[in-house]
Amino acid sequence: MAKTNKSEPLFHIAKRSDMTFKKAILVRVIAVVAALVLCAIITMITTGLNPFTVYGSMAKGAFGTVRKSWITVQDTSILLLIALALTPAFKMRFWNIGGEGQVLIGALATSAVMLKLADHLPNPLLIAVMLVAAVLAGGIWGVIPAIFKAKWNTNETLFTLMMNYIATQLVAFFIIVWEYPKGAGKVGIINPKTELGWLPKIGNFMGSKYMLTIFIAVLTTIAMFAYLYYSKQGYEICVVGESENTARYVGINVGKVIIRTMFISGAICGLTGFILVAGIHQTITTSLVGGQGFTAVMVSWLAKFNPFIMIFASLLIIFLKKGAGEVATSCGLNESFSEILTGIIIFFIIGCEFFIRYKIIFNKKSAKGGNK
Amino acid sequence: MANTTPAVQMKNITKRFGLVTANSGVNLELYRGEILALLGENGSGKTTLMNMLCGLYFPDEGEILINGKPATIASPKDSFEYGIGMVHQHFKLIDVLSAAENIVLGLDEKLDIKKASAKITEICNKYGFDVDPSQKIYDMSVSQKQTVEIVKVLYRGADILILDEPTAVLTPQETEKLFAVLRKMKEDNKAIIIITHKMHEVESLSDRVAVLRKGKYIGDMRTADTNAAEMTDMMVGRKVVLNIIRPEPVNPKDRILVNGLTVKSEDGITKLKNVSFTIRSGEILGIAGISGCGQKELLEAIAGLQSVESGSVEYVDDKGKREQLLGKDPKQIRDMGVALSFVPEDRLGMGLVGNMDITDNMMLRSYENGHGPFTDRKTPQKLAQSVVEDLEVVTPGINTPVRSLSGGNVQKILVGREIASAPKVLLTAYAVRGLDINASYTIYDLINEQKKAGVAVVYVGEDLDVLMELSDRILVLCGGEVSGVLDGRTADRNEVGLLMTKVGGNSDGKN
Amino acid sequence: MINLVSFIPKAVVQGIPLLYGSTGEIVTQKSGNLNLGIPGVMYVGAISGVIGAFNFEQAVKSYQATHEAADTFLTVFVPMLSVMIPLLSCLLGSLIMGLIYCFLTVTLRANQNVTGLAMTTFGVGFGNFFGASLIKLSGADVPSIALTTTSKYFSQKLPFAETTGWFGKIFFSYGPLAYFSILVAIAAAIIIKKTRVGLHLRAVGESPATADSAGINVTMYKYGATCIGCMIAGLGGLYYVMDYATGVWSNDAFGDRGWLAIALVIFTIWKPDMSIFASILFGGLYILYLFLPINIDHMEYQQLYKMIPYVVTLVVLVITSIRNKRENQPPASLGLPYFREER
Repeated sequence: MAKTNKSEPLFHIAKRSDMTFKKAILVRVIAVVAALVLCAIITMITTGLNPFTVYGSMAKGAFGTVRKSWITVQDTSILLLIALALTPAFKMRFWNIGGEGQVLIGALATSAVMLKLADHLPNPLLIAVMLVAAVLAGGIWGVIPAIFKAKWNTNETLFTLMMNYIATQLVAFFIIVWEYPKGAGKVGIINPKTELGWLPKIGNFMGSKYMLTIFIAVLTTIAMFAYLYYSKQGYEICVVGESENTARYVGINVGKVIIRTMFISGAICGLTGFILVAGIHQTITTSLVGGQGFTAVMVSWLAKFNPFIMIFASLLIIFLKKGAGEVATSCGLNESFSEILTGIIIFFIIGCEFFIRYKIIFNKKSAKGGNK
Repeated sequence: MANTTPAVQMKNITKRFGLVTANSGVNLELYRGEILALLGENGSGKTTLMNMLCGLYFPDEGEILINGKPATIASPKDSFEYGIGMVHQHFKLIDVLSAAENIVLGLDEKLDIKKASAKITEICNKYGFDVDPSQKIYDMSVSQKQTVEIVKVLYRGADILILDEPTAVLTPQETEKLFAVLRKMKEDNKAIIIITHKMHEVESLSDRVAVLRKGKYIGDMRTADTNAAEMTDMMVGRKVVLNIIRPEPVNPKDRILVNGLTVKSEDGITKLKNVSFTIRSGEILGIAGISGCGQKELLEAIAGLQSVESGSVEYVDDKGKREQLLGKDPKQIRDMGVALSFVPEDRLGMGLVGNMDITDNMMLRSYENGHGPFTDRKTPQKLAQSVVEDLEVVTPGINTPVRSLSGGNVQKILVGREIASAPKVLLTAYAVRGLDINASYTIYDLINEQKKAGVAVVYVGEDLDVLMELSDRILVLCGGEVSGVLDGRTADRNEVGLLMTKVGGNSDGKN
Repeated sequence: MINLVSFIPKAVVQGIPLLYGSTGEIVTQKSGNLNLGIPGVMYVGAISGVIGAFNFEQAVKSYQATHEAADTFLTVFVPMLSVMIPLLSCLLGSLIMGLIYCFLTVTLRANQNVTGLAMTTFGVGFGNFFGASLIKLSGADVPSIALTTTSKYFSQKLPFAETTGWFGKIFFSYGPLAYFSILVAIAAAIIIKKTRVGLHLRAVGESPATADSAGINVTMYKYGATCIGCMIAGLGGLYYVMDYATGVWSNDAFGDRGWLAIALVIFTIWKPDMSIFASILFGGLYILYLFLPINIDHMEYQQLYKMIPYVVTLVVLVITSIRNKRENQPPASLGLPYFREER
């Protein structure tokens, strides 16, 4: 019955806890570099450019002119804001992949106020009401799945996913209600003559119209860092995420924390929607967020939920987007090229985590087990 | 011993997990037609060793021979092929599947539930089991689940059986039934290993005993040639003279009155039935009972973590004022000014957060004390420092995640934090489980110090000897009911043992 | 009143890609892998088929230019290859996506949600990039990708579709891939429910540790289920472009159908046979607005009808979690990595 001539497994995998911080960073850097090299090779094959030209041309796409640089920074800020919004939920192990919908609902609330109350309120008050409406709308959109999670443990990944498309259709509905001119199928620029409800420029220089967005993003980053790492609520989030039993043991109301955290998460998404409409586009479309709600999930995760590292992660993604877009357009190819490159980079970074958390032990018959 | 070639021979086996060495150079032999008892304290590496036999772990070093031939057991599948079957302490069953589906899981034959059910019934009839093949696992009691596990192994025709603490969850009658089955299998010339740390089970069942201590193989001998005292010596390494100090309680006053407490689990099973007793200041109340008799629910009900059907838990303060604790969560209890500390059974799953460092874990009880919306990190840092120093916690620093510490050090951190808040009531569940002798004594001393300081201490333990030397009074639970309350100084070991297995002995709970 | 004879076939053709997607995702999720990359996989499946068909059609064209029409190669092999090449390219493309997902989540134990979302980003980008750039990359001399020849084979209706009136319209008027999708769903249901492979798969999804200790190769089952699931889902993309869209690729036309397929998995509580009807129902809801009497002044309600599938799915998700019946829950280990020596 017994088979005797079985070969010993070549290697096995063990968990490690001894990797130094420096070494862990090094692994990640190697992964990014390897991914960039692979991206260059793929770009070479599809476009025929040499790798240096590729990255030169990518840099030109993102930072080629002053205006391009400002837009890159602005887009980074938006992605960063959404990633920051999702982070408290993720720290709580609540998979909020509904950022897309929460931003859209915030944008919808902003547009509604902008359209309907512009004639009734003084401009500063109008903007304040827009802001409050956006934050509340986003917050409520985030709280709905949280309530079901807290009460019945309803799967939040699937719930928030569905909420995205409900939000999209809701926006599509209102776009037709508000369409201008009739039959255009789009809202167009809101209050184009009066500029009511438009966010003001800060100062009067090249790029001053981007400043407010950037300023809000910086402020939110710092606030989120303080909130997560130094506040009581941040601590509660962390305990609930690590172990609900422990949270109950010290008297943390788990349901309350889940709902509160998702309100904050949704509210910041709503804020982002507010900026997108009032500060950047002055209109609303169903593709306003453009999948950034999903990209932000990856940004937050790549940064290991650290707000400051998220700045770099969002910059990397936006750089790829702008850069690859430039390369593709200049070669007459489609801009979606950037998404291919983004995908590849993310594959590499998430893959490399393995080498930080685990080690492979090769079984050498003669050696002493090879544990060191 | 019918055969001279061992069915299983493990030579010089070593297994490490990170920095922890679970087994080091272990040798073990098992023959057909014998029952081998594998003895050792908690954490001595018994389960790890057996997991290498059944293919869950792969040894870092060493060699395994089955029927005298070298064998490579890299997966559970390999292990089945060698005729090895293991009944794990934590059942390996899938809740949403039926008994029959679970039993045939992993086999290669064509799926035919009808045929399988017939074979299962046949096995059940042969050994006197009672299993409904179509019943879903989530509908079953613990002992039914264990029966399914054993039938599973038999169904596969295993002739080398490993049982990991099979009696921990069984009633005495169920245990006797199981032993009868095992003896029958022995007569069938099967080789059986049973892991246990109950001496009377070793003596009544096994032919031979092998002892592990701290991952090392200490030795083996025929059961007939040894006795409980010698085996205990081998297990713990030196003669156990427990000699736990038991100071006289000073001015004991009623602290917590538990009256008619009844608790049902989520699936409607009665866990505690009409339990009444008193916890007094300056006294240690020991709670004895076989595992799963309601100890966990009892402590959690007092600590505000368990919803209760009926009854009352009242806290009596120094002035004699009574306050109801039931229906309040731990935070509300704390806000009432009741200083209640709780060392739960599940240290990393409930008492501590494994991935947080020592400082952050100290903060669990005090994070709300900071100014405004922010936490205060300085005080817990100091507390962490002093706990590490005072209790001699072995750790690279206070910024080390507690998950990477050993069991004893984790427990010191938990107990250290819980007594740092100057409690009036201290509840402890299995405070020394998995700890070595030295760490255990540190914990006993800490508990005694609390008692001397006038704290009302509840000590739930599994080691009867310790319980009887430490406690002033002993409350015995059986099947969720109080079967007796005894004086710790005069109680007799046999008496406690009897009460543990006898429902409703002295259920009014007064002594 | 809705004209059912014209509504049902339209609902069915909308439902078929969803059926492929949901069947694939159910098989995947049964192994405990929550693959949010399915939308990307369906794009890759579609574009891989397109790339294969496009290159083949170009090659045939240049061959035709130099050979007679009655060439045996053209009459015998070309029809067969016209079907096989897109089909195999589609399966290959989807398989590679499945392997990427498995390598990252099973072998490297990466987070499933992040990996899945990255796959969707990658897959949709891959589809749109090649969809728009294929002509330029291959240097072909055509204005747009219109694979009419290939599509002709894929949208071949059953012979009695035209002669049996309303019955034929409702039951026979679909291409072969449509009927195949129903076969696949039924086969998946039977395999999951009745066979040993299915039992083991369910065990892996419920509790990989238990399955492992029972001697089931968890890694193999996870890889197998996920890769096969991806290939099934990829066929949904192929059906969409070759049959529904008559061989014309246009960027983003596939839309959010991939997510709708994931919604279907919940809606059918992980049962592929239920998915046959549910997919057609969802397909119907997707286009219902076209059939409802519309006041030309209130076109906006169309958008609300499109919301119905998602709302219905949410309701199902909530009801199953409230009822908390054990059999109707997601596989217990869904979304979690498995590491045997975890302790």
